[in-house]
Amino acid sequence: MRTIYNKIRRVSGNVIMVQAEGVGFGELAMVAAPGGSSLAEVIKIEDNRIFLQVFGGSSGISTGSEVQFLGHGLKVAFSENLLGRVFNGIGEPRDKGPRFTDNLIEITGEPVNPAKRVIPHKMIHTGIPMIDLFNSLVESQKISIFTSAGEPYNALLSRVALQAQVDIILLGGMGVRFDDYLFLKNALEEGGALTRSILFIHTAAEPVAECLMVPDLCLAVAEAFALEGKNVLVLLTDMTNFCDALKEVAISMEQVPANRGYPGDLYSQLAARYEKAVDFEEAGSVTILSVTTMPGNDVTHPVPDNTGYITEGQYYLNNGRIEPFGSLSRLKQLVNKDSREDHRAIMDGMVHLYADYQETLEKKAMGFRMSAWDNKLLDYGTAFERELLDLSVNIPLAAALDRSWQILSACFKPQETGLSSELIDKFWPVNDEKSKVDQDRA
Amino acid sequence: MITDGIIYGINKNMITVEFKGDIRQNEVAHVIIGDQRLKSEVVRIRENLADLQVFEDTKGLKRGDKVEFSGELLTVQLGPGLLGQLFDGLQNPLHKLAEQYGQFLKRGKAVAALSAEQLWLFSPALKPGAVVRAGETLGTVPEALFEHQIMVPFNLTGIYEVVEIADRAEYRVNDKIALLKDGKGNLRPLSMNFFWPVRQAVNIYQERLRPVEPLISQIRIIDTMFPVAKGGTFCIPGPFGAGKTVLQQLTSRNAQVDIVIIAACGERAGEVVETIRQFPQITDPLTGRSLMERTIIVGNTSSMPVAARESSVYTAVTMAEYYRQMGLDVLLLADSTSRWAQAMRERSGRLEEIPGEEAFPAYLESIIASFYERAGLVRLRDGRTGSVTIGGTVSPAGGNFDEPVTQATLKVVGAFHGLSRERSDARHYPAIDPLTSWSRYQSFIGSEQREMIIKLLSRANEIEQMMKVVGEEGTSIADFLIYLKGLFFDGVYLQQNGFDPVDGATSKERQSHVFELLEKIISGYFAFDNKDEARAFFQKLRLSFLNLNSAVWDSDDFSRYENQLAGLISESCQQEEDAIDITNRQAFMEQDFDSTFIRARSTRTLKDGMPLHHGDDYRGEDADDLQ
Repeated sequence: MRTIYNKIRRVSGNVIMVQAEGVGFGELAMVAAPGGSSLAEVIKIEDNRIFLQVFGGSSGISTGSEVQFLGHGLKVAFSENLLGRVFNGIGEPRDKGPRFTDNLIEITGEPVNPAKRVIPHKMIHTGIPMIDLFNSLVESQKISIFTSAGEPYNALLSRVALQAQVDIILLGGMGVRFDDYLFLKNALEEGGALTRSILFIHTAAEPVAECLMVPDLCLAVAEAFALEGKNVLVLLTDMTNFCDALKEVAISMEQVPANRGYPGDLYSQLAARYEKAVDFEEAGSVTILSVTTMPGNDVTHPVPDNTGYITEGQYYLNNGRIEPFGSLSRLKQLVNKDSREDHRAIMDGMVHLYADYQETLEKKAMGFRMSAWDNKLLDYGTAFERELLDLSVNIPLAAALDRSWQILSACFKPQETGLSSELIDKFWPVNDEKSKVDQDRA
Repeated sequence: MITDGIIYGINKNMITVEFKGDIRQNEVAHVIIGDQRLKSEVVRIRENLADLQVFEDTKGLKRGDKVEFSGELLTVQLGPGLLGQLFDGLQNPLHKLAEQYGQFLKRGKAVAALSAEQLWLFSPALKPGAVVRAGETLGTVPEALFEHQIMVPFNLTGIYEVVEIADRAEYRVNDKIALLKDGKGNLRPLSMNFFWPVRQAVNIYQERLRPVEPLISQIRIIDTMFPVAKGGTFCIPGPFGAGKTVLQQLTSRNAQVDIVIIAACGERAGEVVETIRQFPQITDPLTGRSLMERTIIVGNTSSMPVAARESSVYTAVTMAEYYRQMGLDVLLLADSTSRWAQAMRERSGRLEEIPGEEAFPAYLESIIASFYERAGLVRLRDGRTGSVTIGGTVSPAGGNFDEPVTQATLKVVGAFHGLSRERSDARHYPAIDPLTSWSRYQSFIGSEQREMIIKLLSRANEIEQMMKVVGEEGTSIADFLIYLKGLFFDGVYLQQNGFDPVDGATSKERQSHVFELLEKIISGYFAFDNKDEARAFFQKLRLSFLNLNSAVWDSDDFSRYENQLAGLISESCQQEEDAIDITNRQAFMEQDFDSTFIRARSTRTLKDGMPLHHGDDYRGEDADDLQ
């Protein structure tokens, strides 16, 4: 029987201070509160003064509330039975299924030894040309979707989840709206992917501190599966809420803020999570695709800024589509050399021409005269946007490459594309394709 | 007498320890938890309480847990066998840790940096009776490409007499190889390795010299325009995605120095993995040996404990100084110093120190300065010279250079290679901005020529901005020509395809040669009837120049393309006497040119709000994607 303490001496924000003995750093405790007890974690020890972060919030906690320490940090049950289940931010069932108590694993494991990592080499196909063709997603990559409120980022996540050929999907929701949660869950269910998914969802209505554990829970389970040889995709939405929760705790602890109120260790906190993405030499892999909403669509905001320095690239989701500029998968060159011989050339060629199109648009807007070349570019840009850039386009990589050749052949002469004649000889479509695209445009 | 203490408080990786007896600032202590010993370092002492930063996860530590103070400062082991290794920030060899403990870095596990079993063939350089001082050579062992010198430990003060020295034979690093006697007759046995405190600069040389000899990185924009000298310092700030790490990797591959030490400090583990998996397979063209044999990596990546990140740059620079002491040229690349500064910020915050700008500690500048000051070209006591060159990347928040770490670094470095988002977005690699970067070192290209290029680029940039408003129609052909020349020089010389086997590394001779050729074009007088003709000419020129760039130096292809170029130039380039294009020349006439140049530089900033634009040559090589 563990001792119960009831001398709460300080309550500030979600942090309480209790006098106790023999408590370990990072240990969990149950704090009795009027609305039922809440989990709390030790975040600072000073002599016999123990500072606890109460996940359920401190509202209603009295100076005489009982605190019972559990003697261990947060753990999560790990087994195949988790598949298809939904949990909340502290790992309790959200659906009506049973609670697991077997085979508990610590949620903050040790870092992977860099000497044991391998260079990523397997592409994850998503059916979205702007990802597959232009910025391929790679197994064990960590990459974030930079977007802003109102963009269809959860729809994009669910599409990737449904189409990606991975063994297990971990979905972590932080501060998601309840209907977004239902949307994500339904999407997985309807797509038949729920049986290979595990959801840890913290909704916007729940206490803020509860979302702090979501990434750790997801990643601990993901890592355990990866060590068993599974390829796991971890989807996290939305990391900005996670950072805001960190900010709240830091301020409650009277830490000196670094940038716009965020704590100085924001980078380390994010990196500790994202670096869990790994390809084990003799086992599976963990891939992380997260959402970072940029307040005010400002990429220099501390959250996207720190994220950009950690992740291996970013997809800019803007106006309902993945921007061809700025979006970058740092690992794409590790995989796009082996997909199809024209992959790289098409990837570069199409984007360069699209950049020229953008310039022409600018010129047009300023009222300059349009040359014949400009008009070709305008045709090309419209076709590119409609047939590849649009997020609703859902075709495999090979089809996307073929479609690129069709767009090119409909708009340009071979030598105008800047592609090598070797590739043109091999892939340039015959004429009837041209007329088809022409008809489409008409 | 070892001092003991007990834990009084815990705040993440900072613990407060109650102690009795004497302890030293920065001494190493171990927290005992079960059978684990967690390494930590004293960072502040207040009466009977000491604050220690713990180099490991502090989960589960309790008040009252035992702490043992060691009396020693944080040190690294120096001796043969460092080359080719991958260490963490505390000099634990990661490959050995992996062998013993598997996939993960287990808490409290440490392994000696140098193998205790490996045998080294020692050849004595002295005879008994010789008189030696710290840093002087006792003998040598072959290590990779070098005769690794076994030196008198740097921490011995005064003069010693060699009493015994081992014969030529194989020894382990801990075997006794010499016996020294000091003035008072005390004997001191020596082995092939010793320890040196990381935070203390090695300064047992004759004198420090001014760095003058260029360090050839084989990256054109650096060597020609913004050179780095052996023994100098440089920094590479840039927003994320601008190619800092790729630039560092290329430098570590191609730089013409004896040893490269890479301090991957708080960055992505994947990047370290690329280096450790690829370097052993790459042959160094200078030596014909694997690149890994001249490389040491100190990898404290972002998921590894933060306190060890803070010490990792010191671990790296201490090893660099050790090899400098053998008369070698060492290049230390630290990626990224911002993460190191952030580690200091975290520590400072937990110590509840009064913060400076952006919560960085007030002593940030002096610490950055003293780190870069450990670089230098020195003359050793035996007359040889050795150098440590330090290059650090900086990751400024929001890509804004007006932040404490960038500013503190700029004050103390000799060259600044500023990366711009604008250039990297346009895939102009390396994305070093020629209009904001600078260097205080001498290049093998004359400073007048460099100045001319800067002027050209700055004027071309102005014309480009102007053309956005007035259009091509409103631009005079003379201005248009300058614009084309600027674009051309940038496209064929400053930009370099790092993934191309030939273009990726340009030797000094080749740079001088090609630069001369370009100079002719830049200062040549061309006459064209209209802009289209001018553009077509430069496009043609550019194409054959790119062919030249990917032709092997001194090959038949090279001379063929060179002749082709010479033909193109002589076709269109007018002799000076019959230059018709007076306006063109006038545009180059210096007075108004200088004023616009200065204005352009002062108004140009790297902050946000610069219009994003793609140059005409966007279609140019995409170093990111072409291989």
